[in-house]
Amino acid sequence: MWLSYPLALLVRVLVGAQPRWIGCRPAPTLRIYYANHTSHMDTLALWCALPAALRARTRPVAAKDYWGHGVRALLARRGFNALFIERDAGRRDGDPLAPLAAALARGESLILFPEGTRRAQALPGPFKSGLFHLAMRFPEAELIPVYLDNLHRSMPKGTFLPVPLTCSVRFGTPLARCADEAKDAFLERARQAVVALA
Amino acid sequence: MNVQEKFRWLMGGIAALLVVASLIGWMLGRRAARRGGSATIDNLNARIRAWWVMVAVIAACFLLGRTATIVLFAVASVFALREFITLTPTRRGDHLPLVVCFYLLLPAQYWLIADDWYNLFAVFLPVYGFLLLPVLTALAGDTEQFLERVTKVQWGMMVTVYCISYAPALLLLRVPGFREQNLLLMIYLLLVVQLSDVLQYVFGKLFGRRRIAPNVSPSKTVAGFVGGGACATAIGAALWWITPFSPWQAGAMSAVIVLAGFLGGLALSAVKRGLGAKDWGSMIEGHGGMLDRLDSVSFAAPVFFHLTRYFFEP
Repeated sequence: MWLSYPLALLVRVLVGAQPRWIGCRPAPTLRIYYANHTSHMDTLALWCALPAALRARTRPVAAKDYWGHGVRALLARRGFNALFIERDAGRRDGDPLAPLAAALARGESLILFPEGTRRAQALPGPFKSGLFHLAMRFPEAELIPVYLDNLHRSMPKGTFLPVPLTCSVRFGTPLARCADEAKDAFLERARQAVVALA
Repeated sequence: MNVQEKFRWLMGGIAALLVVASLIGWMLGRRAARRGGSATIDNLNARIRAWWVMVAVIAACFLLGRTATIVLFAVASVFALREFITLTPTRRGDHLPLVVCFYLLLPAQYWLIADDWYNLFAVFLPVYGFLLLPVLTALAGDTEQFLERVTKVQWGMMVTVYCISYAPALLLLRVPGFREQNLLLMIYLLLVVQLSDVLQYVFGKLFGRRRIAPNVSPSKTVAGFVGGGACATAIGAALWWITPFSPWQAGAMSAVIVLAGFLGGLALSAVKRGLGAKDWGSMIEGHGGMLDRLDSVSFAAPVFFHLTRYFFEP
């Protein structure tokens, strides 16, 4: 993990990644941070916005097809300790959420982008069901909605250099759990919690 | 006196001033604390602390020399441009021009100073940057509000890069008998501009009643401008010995610096409010952002540079 400090410094210098703890405080409890996804910097920005002590026990979930090779893999493994997820249904065997569930069971928090892909707009699109399944399996995990501001301007989809704008990371109130809530209703409510921080 | 002696006297004077300011701030803070605290006094003390840091940075530059000074201002420009663009709405199609601004045009402008290439320095952004930016934006293919978007990026570059770069560009001047002392001239400019800001703030808080432009900047008052401006001009005249000017010339130069700085603060305040913000940023405690501190410099530096160049270079 020797890369993590220089990496965090670089991200801070480039895009600020200033944390705004609006609805909760930083705490070492079991958490799933989930956020809107507009830029390759998102994972890094959210991870950098956490205090160093929390960073060490929080695993960003990264797409294996993007972060799994070359320099990016070095950053992902040695820098921000990513947990890879296979997006391509043809290539995976078994439950794609298994490594995520295993990490949560070990007491590690997760950073998740439930849209599954980056969008051109700042506001998030429909969520995939992974967040719902993890929330069901780990009722004790706090679900923290996060809104990443300005990153879609700093490094939008299809670009390779970040414009050094001041970007902020807004942490909202943990999402309440409702008994017997249907999957779609839950995912929409989770999405609205991110939109509300925009 | 040689440069080193002048510098030591100047820094000694500034340090003494800051010690007095810190003591006053400390006493006011204690008095306010007994009455339950005051946001104005807290802000004052935060400003004084930030002043110590800023003066230390300027002093370090002087000791490290020309390259360090140019790099310092380049970094300041990056922060100022970042604050400007952060507050300005941009679209996907502005990404390429912005990347070029931050990574190519800005370093190039400061490299031209380091390279002593005045002729290109003076026209690089106003001519070539001006022409290049709409082309890059057009290549992205988005015509929605095209002119507004291009103009905002051009404007940001002019104020936060071109105008601010005139402060270190004072190092390019060739005033006879003063060539080795240009860093003092730059410190002189910064000192008069910043003292004028501080004194206008103090006079405004103490005596200010009538606001000059209430919709644009609620803190700019007639008493603040007249009292603070006059004081800063007087101090500028009294500092003639670190410049190539006579006392009267130094007074006139200071008056111009004060006026340009005031108008710059006013104009950029209007821009800021038009964008819906109170401060440009939050990086300097008590002061707001980098651009809140450099708004007056960006207007005063080019005027001071060209007046000195016109009247004092052979």
